[in-house]
Amino acid sequence: MSNTKYILGLFDDPDVMMHGIDKLQKNSIPIYDVYTPMPIHGIDRKLGLKDSRLGYAAFMFGCLGGTTIFSMAYYMLVHDWPINIGGKPSFAIPDFVPITFEWTVLFTAFGMVTTFFFATHLFPGRTPRVMDFRATDDRFVIAIDAKKGNIPHEDITNILKEAGAVEVKHNDRKYVSYE
Amino acid sequence: MNTLNSFDERFDFKGKAKTWSLVMIAIGVIGILYGFLSDNGVRTFANLLLMGYYITCVSICGIFFCAVQYVAQAGWSVAILRIPQAFGRVVPYAAVILFVIICAGLYFTHTGVNDEGKQATVPYLYKLWALKGVTTPGDPNYDAVIAGKSGFLNVPFFLIRIAAYLASYSLLGWLLIKYSNNEDELGGMFNYNKSFKISCIFLVIFGFTIPLFAFDTIMSLEAHWFSTMFGWYNFAGLWVGGMAVITLTIILLKQNGYVQWITEDHLHNMGQLIFGFSIFWTYLWFAQFLLTWYANLPEEAAYFYRRWEPQFKWWFWLNIVINFLTPLLVLMSRDSKRMIKVLKVACIILICGHWLDYWQMIMPGAVGPQANWYNEIGVLEVTIFIGFAGVFMFLMLNALSKFKSLVPKKHPFLEESLHHHI
Repeated sequence: MSNTKYILGLFDDPDVMMHGIDKLQKNSIPIYDVYTPMPIHGIDRKLGLKDSRLGYAAFMFGCLGGTTIFSMAYYMLVHDWPINIGGKPSFAIPDFVPITFEWTVLFTAFGMVTTFFFATHLFPGRTPRVMDFRATDDRFVIAIDAKKGNIPHEDITNILKEAGAVEVKHNDRKYVSYE
Repeated sequence: MNTLNSFDERFDFKGKAKTWSLVMIAIGVIGILYGFLSDNGVRTFANLLLMGYYITCVSICGIFFCAVQYVAQAGWSVAILRIPQAFGRVVPYAAVILFVIICAGLYFTHTGVNDEGKQATVPYLYKLWALKGVTTPGDPNYDAVIAGKSGFLNVPFFLIRIAAYLASYSLLGWLLIKYSNNEDELGGMFNYNKSFKISCIFLVIFGFTIPLFAFDTIMSLEAHWFSTMFGWYNFAGLWVGGMAVITLTIILLKQNGYVQWITEDHLHNMGQLIFGFSIFWTYLWFAQFLLTWYANLPEEAAYFYRRWEPQFKWWFWLNIVINFLTPLLVLMSRDSKRMIKVLKVACIILICGHWLDYWQMIMPGAVGPQANWYNEIGVLEVTIFIGFAGVFMFLMLNALSKFKSLVPKKHPFLEESLHHHI
């Protein structure tokens, strides 16, 4: 039994890689994840990934931002210190709309970024977890969990090579960038 | 991806679709006759203008959609491009209809009240600035504000402008569609490059003239009032309304067994555009409202004052609910944009919603309040809407049936569009 934890197939073309995924799935080889330098349409469906829940988080952040500023404006302009501006009523809802809208957008944007960083472990000052550095540059990487399933590693290597992988790596550790 | 699509399939305009559009036209004709014979000339003319403007805007939206796709060099939309092209084919007819309505409204007169509330012979449309003597000092109809605007707002120049806008849209749209048809025969990049060029020219002309088109046809109904926001507000309405009609047409064609290569991914994109531009519409609506409300200048506030009358107030708020809250709540999630039935219902709601939007731009100024709020929308409004919807349906489907295939089959981006995934 080798110490190989993950087998990485590196492709230099997204279409070739997509066909590679088909080939692996046909041979029932469990794909751990796929890393690409750019988004590839349809890959989430192919890998059977669940829909992202980021949208729900965004919606909640938006609601939070809207209610926060609306109640704040209400407290300041209506309850605590009403001012007569051009004879308008203190609780002038049309005036509240722009700031409510802006804060909804602001909270949504910041909230989504924070949620995304949280979910992907991308904190400032922390080394990102990367399985292969070139997946952030010019390689499309399919990662296969070598401990799962009982297909010989040589067969996986051959299938990847046949599918057009330019390089196949047998890694003993999951990430190359703990340090 | 199924590769068994036959791109040579043509749309066959017959049977139910043809019968129904003719029935709808008949209903419209009956409605118009009823309007004139029951002494409701002003209201009938206002409705004719409304629907003439609406179908013109929707068909112009077809050209605008194609032009935007060409200029953005977008690939996803190629599969659906023939439908907005069919809309573009309707522009000349819709333009003639609108122009005839406007000319008739200016030519025919009746005894009504002028701006001072006195009896006068006024034209059916644009009575504020097109009645006789409005620019002659000393005349009982004299109006200093209108006289000051008459350098721009006078009948001959007005008609020349309207004709020029509509003729340029028709011509450029016609060229754009011609190149696409030539492309089907020849292939290659030659016609695509020509389409790109003509789209750029169209967008420049369109961008500068569409606000003026709205100023002339709609805003001048209440010529004392003005809003620089009005043109873009109308443009947003044109885009959302047009997109809703395009999407509804695609869905109905698909449900009747045509255009099977159009997938939920294409419809998802259409849903996104409808959703996004509904928000944009609301933004412009609100920008116009907030500033008027806040500044409270009498000459500006008069517009909203008229829409604040008890007969209009309810419809005024309903307009926002339909055109903002419905797309916001219905079309926000990804799933609902991909469900053909939900999208269909949303499109129908928005088509009615933008009719209501145009309606509340026109009626308070051109007709004035009725007895009750529920008398505001009656048989006349509904029948004329149905009639013009029938005219548009007939012209558009007829134009669609003239195309040799329902997709630009040699378009350079066709493959990309057929494999569109989002």
